[in-house]
Amino acid sequence: MSVLVNKNTRVITQGITGSGGGAFHTKGCLDYGTKMVGGTSPGKGGTMDANGLPVFDTVSEAVKATGATASMVFVPPAFCADAIMEAADAGIHIIVAITEGVPVNDMVKVKHFLKDYPHVTLIGPNCPGIITPGECKIGIMPGYIHTPRKNGQKTVGIVSRSGTLTYEAVFQTTSRGWAQSNAIGIGGDPVKGLDFIDVLKLFNDDPETDAIVMIGEIGGTSEVDGADFIKQHVKKPVVGFIAGASAPPGRRMGHAGAIISGGDDTAPAKMAAMRLAGIHVCESPADIGATLDQAWAKK
Amino acid sequence: MKIHEYQARDLLGKAGVPVPPARVVDTVDQAYQAYRDNAAPMQVVKAQVFAGGRGKAGFVKLVNSADEAKTAAGWMLKNRMVSIQTGPDGIDVKRLLIAAAVDIAKEYYVSITLDRVRGTPIVIASSEGGMEIEEVAKKNPAAIIKEPLHPHLGLLPYQGLKIAKLIGFTGKQASTVSKLLVNLAKFYFAYDCSLVEINPLVITKTGEVLALDAKVQFDDNALFRHPDIVAMKDDAETDPLEVRATQAGLNYIKLDGSIACLVNGAGLAMATMDVIKLFGGNPANFLDVGGGVTADGAKEAFRIILADPKVKGILVNIFGGIAKCDLIADALINAGKEIGFKVPLVVRLEGTNVEIARKMLDGARTELPTLQTAIDLNDAAKKVVAATQ
Repeated sequence: MSVLVNKNTRVITQGITGSGGGAFHTKGCLDYGTKMVGGTSPGKGGTMDANGLPVFDTVSEAVKATGATASMVFVPPAFCADAIMEAADAGIHIIVAITEGVPVNDMVKVKHFLKDYPHVTLIGPNCPGIITPGECKIGIMPGYIHTPRKNGQKTVGIVSRSGTLTYEAVFQTTSRGWAQSNAIGIGGDPVKGLDFIDVLKLFNDDPETDAIVMIGEIGGTSEVDGADFIKQHVKKPVVGFIAGASAPPGRRMGHAGAIISGGDDTAPAKMAAMRLAGIHVCESPADIGATLDQAWAKK
Repeated sequence: MKIHEYQARDLLGKAGVPVPPARVVDTVDQAYQAYRDNAAPMQVVKAQVFAGGRGKAGFVKLVNSADEAKTAAGWMLKNRMVSIQTGPDGIDVKRLLIAAAVDIAKEYYVSITLDRVRGTPIVIASSEGGMEIEEVAKKNPAAIIKEPLHPHLGLLPYQGLKIAKLIGFTGKQASTVSKLLVNLAKFYFAYDCSLVEINPLVITKTGEVLALDAKVQFDDNALFRHPDIVAMKDDAETDPLEVRATQAGLNYIKLDGSIACLVNGAGLAMATMDVIKLFGGNPANFLDVGGGVTADGAKEAFRIILADPKVKGILVNIFGGIAKCDLIADALINAGKEIGFKVPLVVRLEGTNVEIARKMLDGARTELPTLQTAIDLNDAAKKVVAATQ
C-alpha cells in the first residue's frame, strides 16, 4: 500500500509549457512511469505539449477531459495561489505545489479557502513533491535513488521540509537495503499544506510503512507537534534530524520558514523534544541510514 | 526586507498611525535647522541604522536646544556605532532622525506578525511597552494579548477595541487605539509585511496616543508587487559579498568562520554548516546555489566564497537532483583555472551524473591541486576541518 498517490493516480501539470520547470519535470514524471494525462497553460488550450499530452486553458476543462485527480503546480509565484485554488475548485484531490517564492499572505488566503474543500490535500508550496517508488512521482526528485517495496522488504516512510535532505535520506536508506513506501517533501514555507503531523498519521496508519524518517529544520514548532504525536501514537521506529543547529538567530537561511525568532524553534530545542518522544535523533544527516538500522535492530 | 525607522514612521503615518513630528537629516547644519522646525523644547536625536542597541551605544540622545542637537548629530555622524549586533568594528551612521520628545504617561507594545500554527497573522499586544517583548513573554506571559487577523477581513473594529481594553485603555483612548490597530492590520496586508512592531506605543501626559518607535519588515517573496518598497532598500549595512550574491541569484549569508561551503538546497546547506561545526570547524558562510544553477552561477559562487579573506578551506557538498554533478565539477575546474584554489578543497558529490563528475575531477589534478574527495558528508567535514587546522 502507499499513501495519497499510486500507479492509478491520474496527474496533470499546471503550467505544463512553462520554463519554470513545468515542461522539464512533466517529462521526468512521465519517464518515471507516472500516469501524466495532460496539463494547463492559459491561452494554449487545444494544443499538445512536447510529450504529446493535451494542454487545456483551465483545470476544470482538464479534469473533465482526462479524469485527473492530482495536479503538480509549476505556476510562477505571483499566480500560484490562484492556481492552487483553481485546482481545488475543479475537483483535484491532491495538489502538489512545487513553486518556490509564493508570498506568505497569499498562502494565508489559500489555507482559508481550502477549509471549504476538506477532501483536498495540498503539499507545498516550495517543496520537491511526493513519490511512491515504482508507481508515481509527482515532483522534481531524482526518481532513480528510490526503491520500490518488494514483498517482505523493510520499508521506510520519509517526510522532510528540505528537498536535498530528503534525497540524502532516500539514498542512504536505499544503500542499506531499505525500500521507501513514500518520500514526501512538505516544503520550506511557513504557511503550507501537509505538515509533519499529517504525514506522520498517514505513515503510522500505513501497514507497509515499517519505520519513519522525519527531517525538520529551525523555525516554527511543527516538528515539536509531530514529536508529541509520535510520543502518544507511534510504535514504529522513528529517526529524526533537524537542520540549522549552527544558524545565527534572525537570519533567513534560504527557506522562508527557516528563521529562528523565539526560543522554542531552535535546532537544540527541537532535537530535545524529539528525543523525549523516543525519536532516534542524529546529529549529522550522514548518519540517517545507520541510525535507522540501529533503531530497527533495537525494535 | 527591512526598512529604517524613519521610513517606517513615514509609511505608518500615511496609513493612519499617529507619530510625533520629525525630520530626517544627514548633516549637522540640517540637524540644527530640524530642531528649530520641530518647535518642541525637548527633542530626541536617533541614529538610523538596522542594528539594535542604539541607546546603550550612545546613538539615541535627548537634546534641549538647536546647539545641543547639532553637537549630538556631529558626534553620531563622526563616530562608528558599536553594539552587540554590529560586531567590534561597528558601523557607519549616515542618517539621523530628530523628533519632538513627548512626556510619556505610559508605554505599551503592539505588533503584527505571522502565527505559523494558526496560518494567519496575529496582533500581539501588551501593557508593558518599552522593553523587548521576548522579555515580557518570559517574565509575565499573562500580560501578552494575542488576537488573529482574518485572512480576508483583516482586524475587525470589535477586535481592535477588545485588544485596546485588554491592555488597559479606556474611554475615547480605547477607540483611538482600536482604530490604530485596524489601520495597522490593513497596512500589514496591503504591503505584504512579515512584521510591524510599535514599541513603545505611548499615552502622553496630555492624553495623546502616539507611536514612538516603529519596526517594519516585508516578505521577500512579495516584493515583486511593491516596487515602492524595493526603492527604499538600503544595502549599506549588508555585506558587499551578500549584495553581489543576491545579484547573481545565489542564496548566500556571510558568517564568521573559516570554512566556506557551497551546497545545493537550503536544508542541505544548513546541515552542511551544522556538520562542519559538529566536527570542530566554523562555517564561513551559508550558500545554497539552488537546483537550477547554471555554469556561470556556480563559477560566480566560487568567486564569492574565495573573496572572503577569512576562508581557509572549502567544502563542496552536492546531492545532484535537478542540479547535475558534472555541471558543478565543470564549474570547479573552470574556477580552478581562472582564480585558482590555494586553500584546501574537499568535494563530496552524489546523485545525478556523479560518475561523470568524479572522472572529470580525477582528470583535473593540475587545475585543482588542493582537491580531496569525500565519500559522505561526515567524511567531507572531517577532511576539511583537518586540512584547515
